[in-house]
Amino acid sequence: MDEYQVIESKSPVFYDKYERKAELQHQTHYCPGCGHGVVHKLIAEAIADMGVQDRTILVTPVGCSVFAYYYFDMGNVQAAHGRAPAVATAVKRSNPESIVIGYQGDGDLAAIGTAEIVHAANRGEKITIFFVNNAIYGMTGGQLAPTTLVGQFSTTSPWGRRPSNEGYPLRMAELLATLEAPVYIERVALCDNKNIMKARKAVRKALELQRDGAGFSFIEILSPCPTIWKMTPQEARKWIEEKMLAVFPLGVFRDRKLAPMADGVPQTTVTKLLGLDKPLEVVTRPMAVKDSQPDLTVKIAGFGGQGVLLLGQILAEMGMREGREVSWLPSYGPEMRSGSAHCHVCLSKERVGSPVIEHPDVLIAMNEPSLHKFSKMVEAHGTILYNNHKLPAGLPPCEAKIYCVPASEIADGLGTTKATNMVMLGALLELTHTLPRETALALLKAKVRNVKLLDVDCQAIDAGMACLRKQLGSSTDAHAHDGELAPCS
Amino acid sequence: MRQLCKGNVAIVKGALLAGCRSYYGYPITPASEIAEAAAEYMPQVGGTFLQAESEVAAINMVYGAASAGLRVMTASSGPGISLMQEGISYLAGSELPCVIVDVVRGGPGLGNIAPEQSDYFALVKGGGHGNYKNIVVAPASVQEMADLTRLAFELADRYRNPAVVLTDGFIGQMMEPLELQAVESVQPEKPWAVKGTRETRKNLIASIYLEPDELEAHVRKLEEKYKKAAEVESRHELYRAEDPEVLLVGYGITSRVLRSVVDMMRKEGVRAGLFRPITLWPFPAEALRHAARRAQMVLVVEMSTGQMVEDVRLTLDGRVDVEFYGRTGGNVPMADEVCKELTERMGMTAEWGV
Ligand SMILES: Cc1ncc(C[n+]2csc(CCOP(=O)(O)OP(=O)(O)O)c2C)c(N)n1
Ligand code: SF4
Repeated sequence: MDEYQVIESKSPVFYDKYERKAELQHQTHYCPGCGHGVVHKLIAEAIADMGVQDRTILVTPVGCSVFAYYYFDMGNVQAAHGRAPAVATAVKRSNPESIVIGYQGDGDLAAIGTAEIVHAANRGEKITIFFVNNAIYGMTGGQLAPTTLVGQFSTTSPWGRRPSNEGYPLRMAELLATLEAPVYIERVALCDNKNIMKARKAVRKALELQRDGAGFSFIEILSPCPTIWKMTPQEARKWIEEKMLAVFPLGVFRDRKLAPMADGVPQTTVTKLLGLDKPLEVVTRPMAVKDSQPDLTVKIAGFGGQGVLLLGQILAEMGMREGREVSWLPSYGPEMRSGSAHCHVCLSKERVGSPVIEHPDVLIAMNEPSLHKFSKMVEAHGTILYNNHKLPAGLPPCEAKIYCVPASEIADGLGTTKATNMVMLGALLELTHTLPRETALALLKAKVRNVKLLDVDCQAIDAGMACLRKQLGSSTDAHAHDGELAPCS
Repeated sequence: MRQLCKGNVAIVKGALLAGCRSYYGYPITPASEIAEAAAEYMPQVGGTFLQAESEVAAINMVYGAASAGLRVMTASSGPGISLMQEGISYLAGSELPCVIVDVVRGGPGLGNIAPEQSDYFALVKGGGHGNYKNIVVAPASVQEMADLTRLAFELADRYRNPAVVLTDGFIGQMMEPLELQAVESVQPEKPWAVKGTRETRKNLIASIYLEPDELEAHVRKLEEKYKKAAEVESRHELYRAEDPEVLLVGYGITSRVLRSVVDMMRKEGVRAGLFRPITLWPFPAEALRHAARRAQMVLVVEMSTGQMVEDVRLTLDGRVDVEFYGRTGGNVPMADEVCKELTERMGMTAEWGV
């Protein structure tokens, strides 16, 4: 196979030989008179002059310019149709020292990729977008683009663009200029040499701004597509001047500096962040959990705001600190919005199977609807703790034993309804004897920073324990901490 | 040390220990805590968190960061995963490693936010266009959310391919003890990455091969890679499966229900065992054939109308009766319910408290 060299003098930013088949290696894949070639030259020239070839990364679109990487001797990332601004966003954020160029056609940028360009611009990504507007889909053979002119024929607007059907041409430069973050937005045209020189300056300025870390820059380039427009290159240039300029006026739509923005996130290490540098606080256990202690499953249900989920979490965390396997499964989503909440807690000596409890040992019903809804599910030997002093009328018979613990009332008496869940925790500790009170206190101490609140929580736990102890009466033995509770704090 | 941790949060913790410092995503229940944890953690350790304008943008940002050779992740649920499929195909085609988490919710359409396992087809079988595979791991506990996320990053890099953590709303939302090793992963060199440096200037990230022969060569190369991964990377777990007459097969949250089922059936004198795929692709086919070799019946249980069961049937190829039981809509099959199904299908009678 013959080796071909590109003969004309060309920018060092272009490869000497293009990655194309044999006889095509010396020429681009663009049609004669195509604007893409001109834009490529302007970019290559600016990059060469700025001396930033090594650190420039080109993000290419899907469209006629998909093969731009054949030519540009620089880092190349080929993006999905319309997504170059999203890809470029992360390329730049991952390589903050680099100069990242997004190169897009009008279908790519103004149709399928509208969201990506608007948001990249709005975030003020420190990238440069070159938007080649040729008012048509070139690569796919001449379909309507969002920038196709009214009355302009395309293969998918066979009667010309009709605003009644396709709306009006989209002006991206103007649209993006409504945003706060972009620093430079200009529309240029490749209609004659004078305007090409203007385009050259705009391209250069956009890249220089990026080099200097200024912010998001966007150059829209009205560009000829003689092939699809079915014109000679000369006619095509003329058509830009005569038709496109009326719809897409040239000019600078934005040119300003942004005030410096503080980032202000405190820095740390992963080890510290994940708490891996601290051992778990040791729990004193005057009343050690015996191995013979049975596993425990608890369902807690009530209104949102009653501390249902938190009570479950505390229970699970206590279990964990006592060396058990535990799981906590909450209700989530819209159910919570309707005001009800429930969670399932399993404490087990062995790996927890399903975290969904069919038949809990204990149901803590924080309100009447929960009692009605879940009482039948409780194990025959199980227990229900109900947040009230008496059972509601019409409760269907169930085999579980029910204790009324007026937790909200007790909590109110202590000065805050918020402690309702802690009263219930106390009652549960008294009922099950599975977990020691001290563990609960140690845990709360670690979690609740407000001393007053902590005190109320401790009192609530004790009140809950006392309330249940009264009801259990002589049926349970007086146990270790009866009458000699350690002080709360 | 042990800490009580939410499944979704454990994913981010595992990712941090894997050296991931880049997160691009879009909120969706029941996966949002992953984005929230990443938003909190990533910037504090010099990383990047960005809430994208859509899942489409998010997956393409993942593509951008992966191009730069960074360990990068995103997370979503059903509808968002559907939007990401084009991007996932590009990632696979361009051989870019990354981790994608799907906290599966009920579908199709908007469905609901309750847990399901109905995205198996979408992620294990491809979902995007073209000849590619995702590596897919399926955690069954909070601990595994962290551990398998870490593994996913390693496998993704090893095979230069997207890796998926396929989990569900329950594992994502639940809390369990989590134990983390304070050692960060060593990351491999990525000489192919585009970093905006002299050394990487000639690098190209792309999935386009216009010539049929070139594309075929590329696809064959991917195929070879997948063959190799299939040989060595499948993982599974067995529970009381030495001599099963009935082999239960389930992954993720379902496998935990099935553990209880195994114990309950054994109490009834039925030799039941559990086979849990940990990797869904590569599917642990060889191990499953071995585990099922003496079984009279295999029962696959999923929170779907039957997706993984197709792989089980293909694997066992008619050698044994493969039954299926599925729940959908966010209903998690209860142990009692599965025992009843199982005994009925075995022609036994037993009392289960359903
Ligand atoms: C998701 C997707 N949809 C459609 C296409 C087909 N497609 C390729 S290029 C293109 C339009 C290109 O037009 P434009 O962006 O104006 O670029 P030009 O070719 O005119 O330079 C389309 C629709 C694709 N590649 N991907
Ligand atoms: S079809 Fe149009 S845009 Fe595409 S290469 Fe030819 S002239 Fe250029």
